[in-house]
Amino acid sequence: MSDVYVLGVDMIKFGRFPERTVPDLGAEAALLALDDAGLNIGNMEAFYCGNLGQANAMVGQRILQEIGQTGIPVINCSNACATGATAFREAWTSIKAGLYDVVLAVGVEQMGTGLLGGAGGGAGIPKEGLLGSGTMPAVFAEAGMEHARQYGTTFEQFAKISVKNHHHSTMNPKARYQIETPLEEVMNAEMISYPNTKLMCSVNVDGAAAAVLVSEKKAKELGMQRAVRIKASVMTSDPYQERDLVMPDVNSCTRKAAAEAYEMAGLDSSDVDLVELHDCFATAEMLHYENLGLCKDGEAGRLIDEGEVELGGRIPVNVSGGLLSKGHPLGATGIANIYEVCTHLRGEAGERQVENAKIGMTHVIGLGSACGIHILEKV
Amino acid sequence: MSLPVVDYLKLPEGEDPYLEGHKCSECGSIFLGARNVCSNCFARDSIEAVKLGTTGKLYSYSIVFRSFPGIEVPYISAIVDLDGGGTIKGNLIGCEPDPEKIEFDMPVEVVFDDALGRKDKDGNSYISYFFKPIS
Repeated sequence: MSDVYVLGVDMIKFGRFPERTVPDLGAEAALLALDDAGLNIGNMEAFYCGNLGQANAMVGQRILQEIGQTGIPVINCSNACATGATAFREAWTSIKAGLYDVVLAVGVEQMGTGLLGGAGGGAGIPKEGLLGSGTMPAVFAEAGMEHARQYGTTFEQFAKISVKNHHHSTMNPKARYQIETPLEEVMNAEMISYPNTKLMCSVNVDGAAAAVLVSEKKAKELGMQRAVRIKASVMTSDPYQERDLVMPDVNSCTRKAAAEAYEMAGLDSSDVDLVELHDCFATAEMLHYENLGLCKDGEAGRLIDEGEVELGGRIPVNVSGGLLSKGHPLGATGIANIYEVCTHLRGEAGERQVENAKIGMTHVIGLGSACGIHILEKV
Repeated sequence: MSLPVVDYLKLPEGEDPYLEGHKCSECGSIFLGARNVCSNCFARDSIEAVKLGTTGKLYSYSIVFRSFPGIEVPYISAIVDLDGGGTIKGNLIGCEPDPEKIEFDMPVEVVFDDALGRKDKDGNSYISYFFKPIS
């Protein structure tokens, strides 16, 4: 089977664009990625479009109405916060299967404001604040407190993750925010759901990202100079766990996906030079250091304490600023993190460049749960 | 007459309320709500209704300071492993919303009471369950 390459990839600067539409944001990202690949929509053989908020509204076709209706197959997909990674992986699968040589993947989202989540809707009375909380900050706080019960992880250690990612985002012009947030500021910010303060919650933003994927044959034909090889593409759902019904599990699906991705790539975690992982909340990032094998179980707190996951550290995590500061447009996130890793592998990340980056990993979680992991390699 | 807040809360006439689980007789997994197939061991027709325990231990929690509009805060969202099996989530009451006052594995009992005065659009009141520390 042919290796698959990312030939073009880009994202729009994340922000708030209430005056624009979902297809408009997606179209902008698609054109940026096509330009990056030196191609146009007429060269695309299929289009995989990820969006959550308008999952029933043919977003992919509406994007083509803005950039060129060529009659190619459009596959619209939604998979919670793993939506972008799902679209990307479907694109990869189609080339692996030998169906196409050049395909487009777009992830796009326009977000509202306020808390996401909910507890036991449906008939009767609201369950929020009666049967605990179904808000996302609380759900991920409970997941973080499970780590605290096992390993004594502290509020301060969780908060340091937010300090790090906000610092990284000061070097990323495409992040929603470029603002330093010292530890005291993070810890003293409004407490949303202990131990997650407001600055430890990802930012609701509008955004879009896109990638052009090509077969090896096509990559050789078009030029390998800036191509990035996809070494592994893995998706999992959550295997049965005894607390599933009240505690959505982001750990076992990530561990399963990571193991499969390392095996597919023929690599292990020590080979990885940078990671963009799903820091929807500061508490979540802590779990994934261990889930992705960046350290042994129980060592995640030490990793953040000792700066190993900062730019310049042993294994920089979320040098883009992460979902905490770059922002989290749900359906776009899974391709935006592929853009970030590709930018480092191409040596084009400017001030935040991870030196000599050759292998990078991306990870997203859609609660419910879906996990998508990609391992990318500099050609 | 009050209604149960969820279908796994049972209000038998003349008896104490209880929480109902559905247990797989093949592998012992416990679920909330009826189902046909066990999602752990895939056994079919193995699921039986069981009464869940009325005491348990605090497994994890969050203290919620901001919720949806109109929801009174703060409150403790608690995940409790019940003695005898099963894990449920609910509000931990009778305990200060302060991490210094909350200990993992603290013993709690399941208590039943009015659902914080909440009524549905037809004016029905509801019975809910809560967790209370056992001192």
